[in-house]
Amino acid sequence: MTEQQHATDTPFGSDSVGIVSPQTLHFDQPLMLACGRELPEHDIVYETYGELNAARSNAILICHALSGHHHAAGYHSADDRKPGWWDSCIGPGKPIDTRKFFVLSINNIGGCHGSTGPATLNPATGKPWGPDFPPLRCRDWVESQRLMMAHFGIEQWAAVIGGSLGGMQAMRWSLEYPDALRHCVVIASAMKLSAQNIAFNEIARNAICSDPAFHGGRYLEHGTSPKQGLAQARMIGHITYLSEDGMKEKFGRDLKAGDLKLGASGPVEFQVESYLRHQGERFAGSFDANTYLLMTKALDYYDLAREYDDDPVAAFSHAKCSFMVISFTSDWRFAPDRSREIVNALVAADKPVSYAEIEANHGHDAFLIPIPRYIAVFGAYMSRVGEGL
Amino acid sequence: MRLDLTLIKPWIKPGARVLDLGCGDGTLLKMLADEKQVSGLGLEIDPDNITTALHKGVNVIEHDLNTGLGDFRDDSFDVVVMTLALQTLRYPHLVIEEMLRVGRECIVTFPNFGHWRSRWHLSRHGRMPVSKFLPYTWYDTPNIHFCTVKDFEVLCQDMNIRILHSSVINGENRHGGLARRFPNLLGVTAVYHISK
Repeated sequence: MTEQQHATDTPFGSDSVGIVSPQTLHFDQPLMLACGRELPEHDIVYETYGELNAARSNAILICHALSGHHHAAGYHSADDRKPGWWDSCIGPGKPIDTRKFFVLSINNIGGCHGSTGPATLNPATGKPWGPDFPPLRCRDWVESQRLMMAHFGIEQWAAVIGGSLGGMQAMRWSLEYPDALRHCVVIASAMKLSAQNIAFNEIARNAICSDPAFHGGRYLEHGTSPKQGLAQARMIGHITYLSEDGMKEKFGRDLKAGDLKLGASGPVEFQVESYLRHQGERFAGSFDANTYLLMTKALDYYDLAREYDDDPVAAFSHAKCSFMVISFTSDWRFAPDRSREIVNALVAADKPVSYAEIEANHGHDAFLIPIPRYIAVFGAYMSRVGEGL
Repeated sequence: MRLDLTLIKPWIKPGARVLDLGCGDGTLLKMLADEKQVSGLGLEIDPDNITTALHKGVNVIEHDLNTGLGDFRDDSFDVVVMTLALQTLRYPHLVIEEMLRVGRECIVTFPNFGHWRSRWHLSRHGRMPVSKFLPYTWYDTPNIHFCTVKDFEVLCQDMNIRILHSSVINGENRHGGLARRFPNLLGVTAVYHISK
């Protein structure tokens, strides 16, 4: 079914899933969305790693975050310089061990990496959806992921796992379809965003919408792209995903160009400026602005307990799975206190839960980084998930 | 299995909800889950212990007991256990108070500083005891609040705490015998089952 069985012979190392190739599934039936509108048909781009066992009991769903996609592990070609976004945690012998588990990683609807989203064609008009793409909620992703589950004939996930916005989807799974998962792993996430978080997202959206090339979201029809605004949005976001200490350590006040000595002339550029600009430009070249608007709004609107009288304990009382919650000390976008709120609600709801707060200075991005203690704790929990197959 | 853990087993009812403060590597909760089908939750601060407990299938939450149990609701556990951690706490009496708020019953075990060897060491050498059981120097030790069996019972009296059962383990890793008559002199580890 997948290509990575021969990975041990590749130059990528024995702990890599090796070369993988994305697949596409087309769904003909309309998908009813939380906003009341229907998506008449849609495509999902996905990757799988490992083998689905005969009992179909070893399946793991990976839910991606704001700027994530289906390519979570391995390489698309032998020349690829970078592996998938969560290669640190998915592969033979890694926490999500592909020798044990069948891993499904999809690009969510509304995304811009091949699944149906604002940049794909609206069948009704023959033009890109653009700003007319229906607004999405987290639960819409759960619904579309459920269609994928049915396609593979999986009745229950061994685990649904996600970091950040992905963790929000994993928690939503535990409430909407309590029988459909045995374990829920929630990393660097929250039950809802804080005002500060929403504020950062609004600045990002403002940067995109005020770019003259945005054209009210119809930039594709104008043959343009609001790259400047998107790059700014990414730069702002990126700062919030790092920590002050992390930036100090990585860049300090090092100069990329020029000289700060008195009498020196010529432009001065700090390393951190150059880095941010590079990140912004790279992102603007590969991400769709409407998708960024849609994803940040889904983030802002997410409130786990809203329909349970704003009582997270009442919300989690519906869950039937076990939970593992992980946070990182320097993450100020999804701070440890937010994770602790999840844990407290789960304890009060009498649900099995474990929690680790990992010492790390990488900020929110820490969940993507192979920090030894993070890998050890995550791996220890996943070994438990593997025992129940 | 540590004898204090074996001793407290009969005090915990099958299927009980147990919170273990300073659960270490999860040994007690694993035993109670296997033998008494309890639903257990451990609080622990040491990273390696947390990983080992997770490997054992024990649910564990990273938590510093010195920050209290404010996150836990009143009477949310049948039993709150704390084995050999009392002496490491900043404010032991406040944690005991919290334990009795969160759990209907509590079990506390602690090293008895009233044991004759400690008394002998202090009177003979005039220095704080360092032994196989308490291997730390006074200035670099996790044990900052030693107490004796008598001290603990006075605290229970002051706090209106009921002692349901108590026992001590002597140097030969046994309980009963002479130690039952002279717990503060012959007990190495004290084991108390208490409630409000």
